[in-house]
Amino acid sequence: MSLTVIAFVIFAVGAIATAILMITRSNAIPAALCLIAHFFCLSGLYLTLQAAFLATLQILVYAGAIMVLVVFVIMLLNLHSEAPSTQYPRFRMLAGILITGILALELTGLAIHHGTGLNELPAVASIVGSAHELGRVLYTDYLFPFEAVSLLLLAAIVGAVVLAKRTLED
Amino acid sequence: MLQTLPLEYYLILSSIIFCIGAFGVLTRRNAIVVFMCIELMLNAVNLTLVAFSSYLGDSAGQIFVFFVMTVAAAEAAVGLAIILALFRTHKTVYVDDVHSMRW
Repeated sequence: MSLTVIAFVIFAVGAIATAILMITRSNAIPAALCLIAHFFCLSGLYLTLQAAFLATLQILVYAGAIMVLVVFVIMLLNLHSEAPSTQYPRFRMLAGILITGILALELTGLAIHHGTGLNELPAVASIVGSAHELGRVLYTDYLFPFEAVSLLLLAAIVGAVVLAKRTLED
Repeated sequence: MLQTLPLEYYLILSSIIFCIGAFGVLTRRNAIVVFMCIELMLNAVNLTLVAFSSYLGDSAGQIFVFFVMTVAAAEAAVGLAIILALFRTHKTVYVDDVHSMRW
């Protein structure tokens, strides 16, 4: 087995295991830590796909910035362990299993049934995933979406400040 | 043994992760955990985009991942602010305890 296949297996098992651990933790902090571990596994998967720059961004932006924000909010709220639902707990679980099962069958069935015929990474993959090439494409072909998304971030900052103000009545 | 990885492996993996996230959204009560499950689903889609981008040798998919990350950051800022405001007014973050807008 090649090194890429071994790395894929390790990171894929790690990603699924941390995802399952995350949704089964009753406390929010261990769930957040599992999600951070999951992001590291995903970053490894991006590396097996030769997307080195996105692998770096995944750790910097997701595991670094966004998860710090989440952990901060959990700390501010000072929550206890999640008690089971008081309204139809069994029905809720059954509905979740049913809907997710159908979704999983559809998605994996789609991926298996309609084979893509792509069996190995092309040689250009490492060039496509480099910071140089991504930067060139981002600032030429996708310049307008880039500017639009910066406006979206500005709007989100203003919205967050307004929502998190002490009193909502003023 | 397997020498190369077909693209389908990545697609199946990301669909499994997406479904785990969807299950979490449907069954958990804590709004912050629901929020983290949505992040899980977003990342599963990101994995699909990166896999297609690398296998087709086209950088457009990886550019979309940039934009998904940006939207996720905006969502984190606004979503967590909403959860904070919810906690301040209702003293709870459990989504089934909040029913002031439910019919």
